[in-house]
Amino acid sequence: MSLSLEQVQRIAHLARIEVSESEALTTQGHLNGIFQLIEQMQAVDTQGVEPMSHAQDVSQRLREDAVTEADRRAAFQAVAPETEAGLYLVPKVIE
Amino acid sequence: MIYASVKELSQALAAKQISSVELTGLFLDRIERLNPEINAFVTVDRQKSLKMAADADARIAAGQAGPLTGVPIAQKDIFCAEGWLTTCGSKMLSNFVSPYDATVIRKMHAEAGLVSLGKTNMDEFAMGSSNETSFFGPVRNPWDRERVPGGSSGGSAAAIAARLAPAATGTDTGGSIRQPAALCNLTGLKPTYGLVSRYGMIAFASSLDQGGPMAASAEDCALLLNTMVGFDERDSTSLDRPAEDYARDLEKPLAGLRIGLPKEFFGEGCDAEVMAAVQAAIQEYEKLGATCVEVSLPNSHLSVPAYYVIAPAEASSNLSRFDGVRYGYRAPEYGNLDDMYMKTRAQAFGAEVKRRILIGAYVLSHGYYDAYYLQAQRIRRLIANDFVEAFKACDVILGPTSPSTAFKIGEKAADPVQMYLSDIYTIAVNLAGLPGMSLPCGFAGGLPVGMQLIGNYFDEARLLNVAHRYQMATDWHQRRPDGLA
Repeated sequence: MSLSLEQVQRIAHLARIEVSESEALTTQGHLNGIFQLIEQMQAVDTQGVEPMSHAQDVSQRLREDAVTEADRRAAFQAVAPETEAGLYLVPKVIE
Repeated sequence: MIYASVKELSQALAAKQISSVELTGLFLDRIERLNPEINAFVTVDRQKSLKMAADADARIAAGQAGPLTGVPIAQKDIFCAEGWLTTCGSKMLSNFVSPYDATVIRKMHAEAGLVSLGKTNMDEFAMGSSNETSFFGPVRNPWDRERVPGGSSGGSAAAIAARLAPAATGTDTGGSIRQPAALCNLTGLKPTYGLVSRYGMIAFASSLDQGGPMAASAEDCALLLNTMVGFDERDSTSLDRPAEDYARDLEKPLAGLRIGLPKEFFGEGCDAEVMAAVQAAIQEYEKLGATCVEVSLPNSHLSVPAYYVIAPAEASSNLSRFDGVRYGYRAPEYGNLDDMYMKTRAQAFGAEVKRRILIGAYVLSHGYYDAYYLQAQRIRRLIANDFVEAFKACDVILGPTSPSTAFKIGEKAADPVQMYLSDIYTIAVNLAGLPGMSLPCGFAGGLPVGMQLIGNYFDEARLLNVAHRYQMATDWHQRRPDGLA
């Protein structure tokens, strides 16, 4: 398998990372090298093997639906690039 | 005092032979003098450290000290610490002063009373095996300044090796504690997945990430681990288990211990001198009363391929939070919202992080999920099952930690695949979620060699025992690099 330049641009867009054409070319080479390594997996017969998503066989805990955290909005928004009146500011989405 | 063990330091502090302020000052002076040539620390804050030391001294004076109160330690910059710059080695977080403490930070400092000497350099978002991907520049290996210290906890490793700190924390997703420990002549332990809270530990691959201690000896690691482990309701994968003293079995004799030697770890692909050092360690263990048995991990050659699907998949999801909206870097100029995301992420992530995000986005995308992600998870199961089988015949597994000693800065930087293969012996342990250690076992061409010990789930006390007995009989772990007066 090898990725086309167009596919590299497509996944870069999915990941919201801008890539220039020259970057895409270098990235394409690197990714194809890595996928060559990954391809070794395809030769393995895993029929009937249960996928393992986690190291421990435990289920998610539930807790009471109750407020447990204090209000620290000011502290958390102090590290944001741009806020106003307790809101995070981003470029206008709706005209 | 600079070369004293964590245990000796705790005893000296308890006996009031030295105050924590004095001790912390000694290490801060040393950091100021030597860090410019090693680049192990990203952030040092003398005032904050000395304040913590003064608080520790007050606790000691009041008779309220824990075993490690007042002992200075370096924190990997992946752990959020309130009021400290917490960068994770990335431009993305180069301006991020954390508004909260990671659970590990809270437990070690607020509860155990350890003193932070600062935040250590690391591969960007812990993605790397050499510390070269850090936004803050490469870390130099104190054993040879032209070489890497390993990664991703390379700053922590170099800090201890240069004795800028007596101990440090690390995190290990595919070998990031064990491989730098091996390359810098240290002892490091990756606990069983779920023992150490991941809350406030900036996430790379959540099903694999685990924090752990790095120090000069197994005994020191045991003492540090005691302060790090514990159930945390803020980590959904934290395990609720009775507390244990990880130092309790350190002195136990090794007679009757069964050491498993996976034949796949003793074949081709490992440097001959590294292998010779590991073989000598096996002989030492036989002298100590252990018996060795051959075991097999037949799917271990698939661990690197499976890891480079699973870890990037989880990373691409975890790192989607860095969008220039709530914290960290935002591109100075942009058009619409999408453009802001695209430029922010393009400008603030380094090349290796971008590569892994792209791999992750691809293997999770429509039409490829089954062939890559599900297949990798099935192989992960096969790898974990191999260990279950192997542990039927042995108590611990032993092999090399890394296929080579420290390589030159720049040597593998151009070829990601070569870099990935330096974790060939460590990755399977993360996929299975088992505890693993690295400890010094000799030298090759003047550079440290580490051996890896792998234990069954929750068998940290035994691993530390097996390592400690070896360190009682050998002095590799006490060797120091030249040229660091």
